[in-house]
Amino acid sequence: MEFFERFAVPHASPMIYASMVAIALVSIGIVVGITYFKKWGYLWREWFTTVDHKKIGIMYLISALLMLFRGGADAILMRAQLSAPEMKLLDAQHYNEIFTTHGVVMIIFMAMPFIFAFMNLIVPLQIGARDVAFPRLNALSFWLFFAGAMLFNISFVVGGSPDAGWTSYFPLAGNDFSTSVGTNYYMIAIQISGIGSLMTGINMITTILKMRAPGMTLMKMPMFTWSAFIANVIIVFAFPVLTIALLMGTTDRLFGTNFFTTTNGGMDMLWANFFWVWGHPEVYILILPAFGIYSEVISTFSSRNLYGYKSMVGSMVLISLLSFLVWTHHFFTMGQGALTNSIFSITTMAIAVPTGVKIFNWLFTMYKGKIRFTVPMLYSLGFIPLFTVGGVTGVMLAMSAADYQFHNTMFLVAHFHNTIIPGVVFAMLAGLTYYWPKFFGFMLNEKIGKITFWLLTVGFVLAFFPMYITGLDGQARRMYTYSEATGFAPLNMLSFVGAALMAIGFVTIVYNIYYSFKNSPRDIGSDPWDARSLEWATHTPVPEYNFARVPQVASSEAFWDMKKKGHQLFKGEIKDIHMPNNSGVPFVMGIIFFIAGFSFIFAMWVPAVIALIGIFVCMALRSFEQDHGRHIHVKEIKEIEAQYGEVPGNENRSHTTTRV
Amino acid sequence: MKIDHTQPLEYSTDQNQLNILGFWIFLGAEIMLFATLFTSYFIFEGRTGSGPTPAEIFEITPVLIETFVLLTSSFTIGLGVHAMRLGRKNAMLTFFGVTLLLGLVFLGVEIYEFMHYYHVGATYQTSGFTAGLLTLLGTHGAHVTLGLFWGLFIILQVKKRGLTPENANKSFIFSLYWHFLDVVWIFIFSFVYLKGMM
Repeated sequence: MEFFERFAVPHASPMIYASMVAIALVSIGIVVGITYFKKWGYLWREWFTTVDHKKIGIMYLISALLMLFRGGADAILMRAQLSAPEMKLLDAQHYNEIFTTHGVVMIIFMAMPFIFAFMNLIVPLQIGARDVAFPRLNALSFWLFFAGAMLFNISFVVGGSPDAGWTSYFPLAGNDFSTSVGTNYYMIAIQISGIGSLMTGINMITTILKMRAPGMTLMKMPMFTWSAFIANVIIVFAFPVLTIALLMGTTDRLFGTNFFTTTNGGMDMLWANFFWVWGHPEVYILILPAFGIYSEVISTFSSRNLYGYKSMVGSMVLISLLSFLVWTHHFFTMGQGALTNSIFSITTMAIAVPTGVKIFNWLFTMYKGKIRFTVPMLYSLGFIPLFTVGGVTGVMLAMSAADYQFHNTMFLVAHFHNTIIPGVVFAMLAGLTYYWPKFFGFMLNEKIGKITFWLLTVGFVLAFFPMYITGLDGQARRMYTYSEATGFAPLNMLSFVGAALMAIGFVTIVYNIYYSFKNSPRDIGSDPWDARSLEWATHTPVPEYNFARVPQVASSEAFWDMKKKGHQLFKGEIKDIHMPNNSGVPFVMGIIFFIAGFSFIFAMWVPAVIALIGIFVCMALRSFEQDHGRHIHVKEIKEIEAQYGEVPGNENRSHTTTRV
Repeated sequence: MKIDHTQPLEYSTDQNQLNILGFWIFLGAEIMLFATLFTSYFIFEGRTGSGPTPAEIFEITPVLIETFVLLTSSFTIGLGVHAMRLGRKNAMLTFFGVTLLLGLVFLGVEIYEFMHYYHVGATYQTSGFTAGLLTLLGTHGAHVTLGLFWGLFIILQVKKRGLTPENANKSFIFSLYWHFLDVVWIFIFSFVYLKGMM
C-alpha cells in the first residue's frame, strides 16, 4: 500500500472527496454512455483520428468551454470565500491551490485553446486553403494540449494541486516550501501543452505564409488572419523561453539542481524573469487574435470596411515587438533599481499607443456605419469602453513609482481581469456566436444571447470594479481572508454578487446551445450575417475540402466585393482535391505523453523511461511511414456540392439579411 | 503529387516546400531555446557556490576533438547534400554515413567529458554554474543524439526507396538541422569553453 500513498491528496477536505466521487461517476457515465450508444467507432473514426482543421478546432472549442467552467468554479469559490470577513468555506492552503489552478486553467487551458479553436476553424477558410500546412502535426498539437490539460486537472484529486500561484515564483515553488507534487503538475502539464502550442505556431505561420489563395497578398489578408499570424510569431519566439524555465524548475524539484534555489549559486529571480519573458508576450498571444475577431465583427455589423487596415497591421507588429520589452514591469518592487524600472515603465506605457490606434480604428469603422446590434456586436461594443478602462489602469500600474502602492493588491487583480475578460473572453464569446452557424449549421438564439451579454457585463462590472477601490485601500491579493475591521466586507460582497451573475451568464450560454440546437431553423444559407471575408464564401456547414474550387482574390474583403461589386471568386473547372489521411498516432502520442508526464510528476522512473521510449518509437514510425494522402474525385465533389443545392460565388443570393 | 522538375528535388513538391519553410521556423524557435540556455549560462557562470569554477574543470583536449569532429561532420553533410543534388545516391549515402560516424565520435567524447566533470566533483547538483553548464551542453548533446537516430532512419529510407522527392526533402531538412547544431556548438566553444579557460 505504501506505493499508493503518494497519490493521496495531502490536504483533503469533504469538497475534494465529493469531487473525486463526481469525477469517477462522470467518467464511468461517459464510458458507459458511449458504449451503450455504440459510439466508440464513430468517435475513433471521426474525431480521435481526425486531421481536419475544422474538427480539431471544434475539439479545441469544447475543451475550452469545459475548462471555462472548471476555472469558473475556482473563481466562484474564491469570491464566496472572500464575500464576508473570517469566512470558513476554504482554509488558507485550499485557497492557495484554488487561485493557482484558476490562473493556470484560465490562461493555459481555457484562453489558449479558445484562440487555437478560432485559428484552426477560421484561418484556413479565410485564406482559401484546404487545410493547414501540416494537418497531422495539428492533430498532435491538440492531443498534447489535451493531455496537458487532463494531467493538470487530475492534480486536485491525485496527489494535490499546485499552490504557488500561477506565476509559481521560486523559492516558494521549490521543494522546501511546496512539498506536495502539486508544483510538479504545474511544471510538467504546462510543458506538454506548451510543446503543442509551439507546434501550432510553426504550423500556422507556414500555412499563412505559403497557402494563401491566388491574389491574396499579405496586405489583402483578412484582419483575423493577420492577428493570428502575429500571435503565432510571438508563440514561436516566446514559448521556447517557457520550455527552458519549466525544464529548470522541473530539474530543481526532481533532481535537486540549483537553478532557482537560494544556495550554491542558484538565482530565484531568474525564474521570475524567464517566466515573464514568456508571460508578457503570452498575454498578447491571447489579445491579438481577440482584436482580430473584434475587427471582423465590427466591420461586418457596421457594414463598412475596416478603418485603417494598414495601421491595424502596423500596430499589431509594434505590439508584438514591444511585448518582449516590458517583462520587468511585473516585478517593479523586487529591487532592479530606478534606471531599469524607468526604462521598463516607458516601454510599457508605449504599448498604449498602438493599442489606442486600434481602439480609434474600431470607432472610426463604426462611424457613419449602419450598425446592427447583434450579440457579437454587443460584445464588441461592450469591449471598447471596458477594455479602455483596463488599459488606462494598466498605464497607472506602468508607472513604477506608483506601482509600489498598487503592487500585489486587488487593484492589480482588477486591472488584468479588466483587460482579459472584456478583451479576450468577450471576444471568444463574440467569435463563438458569430462563427457558430458556419460550423454547426444553425444560429444561436439572439434573445438568450443578449441576456447572456448583459449578465456578463453587469456581473463583470460588479465583480471587478470594487476591487480597484479595495486594492487602493490596501486589500492584498491572494489573502484567503480578512478581518471585519478592514472595512473590505461590503465591496467584497458586491464582488461576489457580480461573480454569481457572471456564473449565471455562463450557464445561459450552455442553455442557449441546447435551446438553439432544438429550435433554431437549419435553412440559414451560407452567409447568415451578411459578412465580408472568404470564410463565408463556402457552404454551411463547411464541407471537408472547404472550397470546391480555389477562390481568386482581389481585395481584403473578397466575399463582400463578390456580393457588391460582382467580382468572380470561383473560376474554372472542379478538379480532384488532395486530402491528408486520418491517423491515430497523434491520439496515441497524447496518451503516452500523459503517462510520461504522470510518471515524471511522481518520480516513477521506470514507467517514465518506457513512455519516453514509446514517444520516440512513434516518431520513428512516422519517419518510415509512407502516407501520400488521398484524392476526392470530381464526381464525388459534384455530388457533395449538389447536396448543398447552391454554389456560392456563382451568383448573388437573395439571402443576405440577418436572421434574428 | 505534382512534381516540379525545374526545382531541386527537395523543393519539387508543394508539401516539400512547406516542410522546408516549417523547419526554418522551427529553427527560429530553436534559436530562442538556445538563446535562453546561453543567457542562463552567462548568469550562472560566476555563481559557483562551493563548487568548482569553469577554469578548474574545463579540459582543452576533448573540447578540441569535439569541435574538430563536429565541424568536419557539417562539411561532410554539405557534401552529402551536394551529391544528392547530382543524383549520386551512393556518394550521398557515404557522406551521410561519415557524418553520423563523426557525430557518434562527438557524442562519445562528450560522454567522456561529462564523466570527467562527475569525477572532479562538478555534478548536476553542485552549483548554479554546473547546472547551467550541463543543461546547455546536455540539450545540445540530446539534439545530436536525436539527430543520429534521425539520420540513420533517413539513410535506411534512401537505401530502400531511392532518391525520391520525399527522401530528398527529409535529407535536406536533416542537413539544416545538423548545420544548426554545428552553429550552436561554435557558440558553445567560443563563449563557454574559450571564455571559461581564459
